[in-house]
Amino acid sequence: MLDAKIPAGSLDNKWTDYKGHCKLVNPANKRKLEVIVVGTGLAGASAAATLGELGYKVKAFCFQDSPRRAHSIAAQGGINAAKNYQNDGDSVFRLFYDTIKGGDYRAREANVHRLSEVSGNIIDQCVAQGVPFAREYGGLLSNRSFGGTQVQRTFYAAGQTGQQLLIGAYQGLERQISLGNVTMYSRHEMLDIVMVDGKAQGIIARDLITGKLERHFGHAVLLCTGGYGNVFYLSTNAMGSNVTAAWKAHVKGAAFANPCFTQIHPTCIPVSGDHQSKLTLMSESLRNDGRIWVPLKQGDNRKPTDIPEEERDYYLERRYPAFGNLVPRDVASRAAKERCDAGYGVGTSKQAVYLDYSAAIERYGKIEVSKKGLSNVSKEEIIVLGKEVVKEKYGNLFDMYQKITGENPYEIPMRIYPAVHYTMGGLWVDYELQTTLKGVYALGEANFSDHGANRLGASALMQGLADGYFVIPYTIGNYLADEIYSKSISTDHPAFVETEKAVSDRISTLKSINGKQSVESFHKRLGKIMWDKCGMARNAQGLTEAISEIQALKKEFWSDVKIPGGINEMNPELDKANRVADFIELGELMCKDALNRQESCGGHFREEYQTPEGEALRDDANFMYVAAWDYEGNSNWNLQKEPLIYDVIKPSQRNYK
Amino acid sequence: MEHKNINLTLKVWRQQSTVSKGEFVSYQVKEISQEMSFLEMFDVLNEQLILEDKEPIAFDHDCREGICGMCSMYIDGKPHGPWQANTTCQLHMRAFNDGDTITVEPWRAQAFPVLKDLVVDRTSFDRIIQAGGYVSVNTGNAVDGNSLPINKNDADASFAAAMCIGCGACVAACKNSSAMLFLSAKVSHLALLPQGDPERQSRVVNMVAQMDKEGFGACTNTGACEATCPKEISLSNIARLNQEYLLASFTASN
Repeated sequence: MLDAKIPAGSLDNKWTDYKGHCKLVNPANKRKLEVIVVGTGLAGASAAATLGELGYKVKAFCFQDSPRRAHSIAAQGGINAAKNYQNDGDSVFRLFYDTIKGGDYRAREANVHRLSEVSGNIIDQCVAQGVPFAREYGGLLSNRSFGGTQVQRTFYAAGQTGQQLLIGAYQGLERQISLGNVTMYSRHEMLDIVMVDGKAQGIIARDLITGKLERHFGHAVLLCTGGYGNVFYLSTNAMGSNVTAAWKAHVKGAAFANPCFTQIHPTCIPVSGDHQSKLTLMSESLRNDGRIWVPLKQGDNRKPTDIPEEERDYYLERRYPAFGNLVPRDVASRAAKERCDAGYGVGTSKQAVYLDYSAAIERYGKIEVSKKGLSNVSKEEIIVLGKEVVKEKYGNLFDMYQKITGENPYEIPMRIYPAVHYTMGGLWVDYELQTTLKGVYALGEANFSDHGANRLGASALMQGLADGYFVIPYTIGNYLADEIYSKSISTDHPAFVETEKAVSDRISTLKSINGKQSVESFHKRLGKIMWDKCGMARNAQGLTEAISEIQALKKEFWSDVKIPGGINEMNPELDKANRVADFIELGELMCKDALNRQESCGGHFREEYQTPEGEALRDDANFMYVAAWDYEGNSNWNLQKEPLIYDVIKPSQRNYK
Repeated sequence: MEHKNINLTLKVWRQQSTVSKGEFVSYQVKEISQEMSFLEMFDVLNEQLILEDKEPIAFDHDCREGICGMCSMYIDGKPHGPWQANTTCQLHMRAFNDGDTITVEPWRAQAFPVLKDLVVDRTSFDRIIQAGGYVSVNTGNAVDGNSLPINKNDADASFAAAMCIGCGACVAACKNSSAMLFLSAKVSHLALLPQGDPERQSRVVNMVAQMDKEGFGACTNTGACEATCPKEISLSNIARLNQEYLLASFTASN
C-alpha cells in the first residue's frame, strides 16, 4: 500500500507542524552520516550545498564536466513566487490554487501548498546569494506574467533565469566543496543503487573518463536527475538528459508515477529536417507580448507580412478571451496542433504557427514616444524605438531564433510549433520526497509530485529549489536520525560486489552484441513511435500498437546494436547505449500508463475523451488517482493507485475562457 | 529561407587520451544541409564513422542552445567558429560554402588538458570558483528580497558579467592562455552587488592565486578573449578585476 505520509491538520499548518515535530540529527552525528546526491541541477546543487552546510558528508555526482552545466541552466523565462510585490492580489493560496488548477487536478494538495509556502523564501535566498534578478529603476525586483495565471509573480533574469539560479546554487555547492563538506564527482554516471536489508546503502557509478566502475557508500541516496523528455528523441532537453538513474531505482523497486504525463511546450522552433538533434524553446515569456495567429484561409502561402489584419486568425484570443495568449501550455499546444491539422499551418512543413511581435513593437514604440515627449514622429521611427525596447526585453531569444532559422524575427513573425519540454511524471514520492525504495529520495523534475498533469510556466525552477533548499533538509533528517545507529558499510560488502557485477555484465552484454545499427538510429525510431502515438494526442489503438512496436524495437536493440570503442575508456557511444536501453523500457511503460488512463487531463489528451469544444475531458469518478507502477520484470508492471483527495479545492472543468 | 546541401572536408584533431600523441585526420562529409548546426554535422560524420567500423569523434556538448557552456571546438583558428557572439552548437552550416575545408581542434591550454579528441578537462575553472566565487551565505531565513534595493545600472552590469557560461573560449583564444576574462566576470558579478561586498577583497586575492596555480597565463590586454566570447563579456571587467586586486593587495589583512 502506498502511504503518502501527509501530515494531519489543516492545509495551512501541515508543513509548519511537520517541521515542528520531525526528528533532528545533532551536529556531531551529521558528520558521520553520508548522503549521495545524483545530479547537480537546481534540485541537486541546492540539496548538496544545503546538506553540506548542515554538516552532512555529501558526495555529489553529475555526468557533465562541471556541475554548472546541468540542464536547469537552459530554463529561460523565470521563477514563480507568491510575494505579491505587485499588489495585484497574489497570495500563497493563489499560487497553490493556480498550480493545482493548472495541473488539471492531478497533483497532491499538501505538496503543492508547501511549494507555494516556501516560494518566497527561494527568492530571498537567491537574492542573498547574489543572483542578479531583473530590477526596476527604483531598485526593486521586477516581475512578469506567465501562462495560466492572472497575476505577475514571475521573477526573472532576462531570458536566462535558469542559468542565474543554477550559478547561484553551483557557487553554493563549490563553496561546500572547498570547505570539504561535499566531494564532487563530475563526468560520473550512476548505474545502480546498492540495497542492503531493504535499505539503500550506496550506488555504483561509472567514471566516464576511464570507464571504470566505482562503489560509493551512502546512508541515503538523493536522485535529482531531471526529467525523461528525451524518450521522444527530439525535445528541448539537453542531449545528455536521461532517465537512467531514475530507471535503475525503478527496477530496484521504486514505483514510477504518472509516466505518461508529458508537457508539450507550445512555443518552440519547428523541426527543419531529418538531421535535427534537438528542439529549441522560445520562452513562454514571449507570449506576454507576442500574438499567435494563423491565416484565416487554409493553405495561404502568402508571406506573413502580406496577410492583412482581417485575414488573420488570432485563435487563442478568439477561443480564450479571458487568458488570450497566456493560456496554460497544454491548452496552447493543442490549439496550435488543431489549427495545423485543419490545414491552417504555415512555413514549408505547414507544421507551424506565427508568433508575431509587430503589434508589441508598435505599442512599445508609442510608449517611448510619449516617455521622451517626442512629436511629429513617423511610423518608421516609432517602430525603430519599439524594436529597441523589444531587444532589451527579449534580445537574446530573438538572436537565438535568427541563428537557428536564418530569419529576422524583428521583421518577420517567428514560426513556432509545440515540442516535448518537461515530464510531470517521475518517481513516486511521499510527502518527505522518499520513494517507495527506503533511503532513496527523488527531488525536482525527477519526482512526480507537484505539477499534476500539466506544469505551469516558471514553476519548474521553483520546485527544484524548493525541494533542494527548503524541503529535503528537514525531511531527510527525519530518516537519518534513525540511521545514526547503523554503521557505514564497507564497499567490499557482498551487496556492492554483486551490484557492481550486474552493472558490469550488462555493459559487457551491450558491447558484445556487435550488431549493425547505431545507438542513435534506435533512439530516433523510439522517438518517432512515442511522438506519433504517445505525443500530443493519444488513442487506444495507437497506444496498443506503440507497445508492441516498442517491444519489437527492444528485441532488435539487444540483438543488433553496434557500439564502437572499448569499455575501459571514454566512450560516449557506450554511455548513450546504456541510456537508450532504459528509454526503450520507459517508453513502453509510458504507453501502458496512457492506455490505462481512460480520460483526458492536462498534457494527457486521449482523443476518445474530449468535450464538444475539443477540451480535455476528465473522469474524476474513475481516474482521480496517481498511477504508481511497480516493476515486475520484463514488460510487466503492477499498478498501485494513490487516491487524490481534495480537502480545500473543488475540482471543476478548467476554464480559461 | 533558402538553403542547399554542401560537401565539406574536415580536418579533425584525434587523440586517444591525455597521454597519447594526437594527429589531424581528414574526413569527407557529403550532402550537409545548411540548416544543420555544426554539431549536427558532426553527428552525421559520427554516424558515418560508426557504420564504417571506425571510432566516432569524441566532443563535448549538452544543451545545444548556447547556454550550458559544454561545447568547445576550435574551428578554423577561432573558438566556436566564425560567427560573432556564438557557441559551437549555435553555429549553423550557413556559415560555410560548398567545398570548404574546415579545421577542428580542441581548446589548447596547459590548464585544459585534452581527455580525448576534442574533449578537454576544464575542472580548473571549478577550482577557481571554489577559491572564492560565491557569497558565503547558508540556506535559511534570508531577509526579504526587496529589503535591499539595488541601483538598476549596477544590477544590469552585474547581470552582464554573470552571463559568462564558463566555456573557456576566452582561454582558448588568448595567446597566453589567460583566464582573466572568466575570472573577472565572476569578480565583477559579485563586486557590483552589495551582497558580494563583505568578501570582495579575499575573493579577488584568492581567485587570482588559484588561477595562477592552475597554470593559466598572464593577461596582456590583447582583447582576443572579448572578441571571441559567446556572451560578449566586456574587457572592462578585467579593468575592474585589476582595480579590485590592487585595492585588495594594499588594504587586505590576509
